[in-house]
Amino acid sequence: MALSKIWVLAEATDGKVTTTTLELLTKARSLADTVEAIYSGGDADAVAGQLGEYGASKVYTTGDLAGALPGVPVSDAIAALVDGGNAPDAIIAATSYYGRDIAGRLSVKLDRTVITNNTDLEVDGSSLVTTEPVFGGTTDVKTTFTAAGPHLVLVRPKSFVAESAGGGAAAVETIAVPDGGKSAGAKVTNRHVEEREGPSLDEAAVVVSGGRGLGEQEKYALIEELAKLLNAAPGASRAIVDAGWVPYSYQVGQTGKVVKPTVYIAAGISGATQHMVGMKGSKNIIAINKDAEAPIFAVSDLGIVGDVHKVLPQLIEALKAR
Amino acid sequence: MNVVVCVKQIPDPADPGALDPTTKTLKRDGKLILDESDSYGVEMALQLVTTAGGGEVTLVSMAPNGEVSGLRTALAMGAAKAILVSDDALAGSDALATAKVLAKAIQRVEGADLVLTATESSDGYTGTVPEQIAGLLDLPSVTFAKSISVEGSTVKIQRQTEAGYDDVECPLPAVVSVTAGVVEPRYPSFKGIMAAKSKPVDTLTVADLGLDASQVGWAGAGQQIVSIAQAPAREAGEVFEDDGTAVEKIIAFLDDLKVL
Repeated sequence: MALSKIWVLAEATDGKVTTTTLELLTKARSLADTVEAIYSGGDADAVAGQLGEYGASKVYTTGDLAGALPGVPVSDAIAALVDGGNAPDAIIAATSYYGRDIAGRLSVKLDRTVITNNTDLEVDGSSLVTTEPVFGGTTDVKTTFTAAGPHLVLVRPKSFVAESAGGGAAAVETIAVPDGGKSAGAKVTNRHVEEREGPSLDEAAVVVSGGRGLGEQEKYALIEELAKLLNAAPGASRAIVDAGWVPYSYQVGQTGKVVKPTVYIAAGISGATQHMVGMKGSKNIIAINKDAEAPIFAVSDLGIVGDVHKVLPQLIEALKAR
Repeated sequence: MNVVVCVKQIPDPADPGALDPTTKTLKRDGKLILDESDSYGVEMALQLVTTAGGGEVTLVSMAPNGEVSGLRTALAMGAAKAILVSDDALAGSDALATAKVLAKAIQRVEGADLVLTATESSDGYTGTVPEQIAGLLDLPSVTFAKSISVEGSTVKIQRQTEAGYDDVECPLPAVVSVTAGVVEPRYPSFKGIMAAKSKPVDTLTVADLGLDASQVGWAGAGQQIVSIAQAPAREAGEVFEDDGTAVEKIIAFLDDLKVL
């Protein structure tokens, strides 16, 4: 038995719907008869084609938020839609900054729990069951909702494979954003984009990540050089992002990017739970670490117990010589 | 400048976590420590109060068994006092119920200009509590702050984004979640540790907060765990001690996968 209706919180960058949104739409259409999207941007007409192609029959849009952070206005608009008698069985969003902010606010407005960090969804009878990996992905916890819907669910990126449904463009319907009063007071005054070279972490076939074992910030250049030679995306553990060695956009892990490349090379990364969650799904893992007891070796296909300061320069030389 | 910091006391992440087979929730009956993620908020709060030239930092926490060891760590760093909500009725609380409890506790702090939290706890990591607290208190909020400064009645924030960061301005009072790395947390001094022993910790129950027990804990949770299963394990491959042939092995491996 399928649910009757699911809403997906859609995200897009520069008029292109994110892969995660397409993944969520793909899954949603296997769970419910009707899938609709909620969007907050001035370019809903531009994204309606992609949203429709992946299964959304309609996109509700708040229009451009004029610099407001999305949490308050988007959750207010959704709550108004629900109160208007148009409630879906479930509202699904990505475990992203956008999804988390809106889901948190919405859970208060609707007085509903929100189940987070899920990697799978299924319908059992008439209820929605979520799967959340815990303890670094060693244990799967399945949870269901005990109160009435709409059920609020956050799903991790790359949990599903996006597949086109071949549908036509979604119908665009503008929804009102109620005045959020003082709670809507936060405003973006300027945006800074940190440019990065080479393929993106999301798409690269090879990812090379560095961690604390590099010893100092300057040594991250080894990761960048190796990445360039392998046409790979450079990544990082949370430890060196927190230390300010590289920008947050490099972070692989629970609170960063989830990657599933053909090859993942972890250099000087011990394998904290936080990191493993973001890279365990890689098809092949190579780990280089001087500590033979490092947890990263438990998930690696090829483990080198050695000094990254020796192995990386040698590897770079050997690749250059080919 | 009065700052409230929400801090969580969690099982030591160095110990392997476990789920209680009966309740299917995280076992938290042993000694709890200050979640390292929260030490950044505590440090940030102390620095903001110092910069403002007056005010104090108040901690708010919810924990079983009247646990205070994590609070003492944050008090030793320099926080002035703490409110701890501890009640058997809270066992099984979901993120929304936790936020309801914390929001009620925050309302008891007079003249709070700013509420700081981590972006997520290190044990439950739902990451929704900061926005839920803000929603319950009807306050504006900014999540994922990597830099915070206060000018008059406005807080200015660099907010981490997928692509870089945004400059954000927000009127006070507000709720702000801070990333690890926003500041370098201080180590408590010996003097701080001694002083912390006598700092006030106000321990409250659910009833003290004016909440009904049916809104929290198992009774109030809108979710129920239906199963716990071992995830399919990833097989460990070969591990070699580097004897000078590491590079050969890596290149052969990459060659096999045709990624070179």
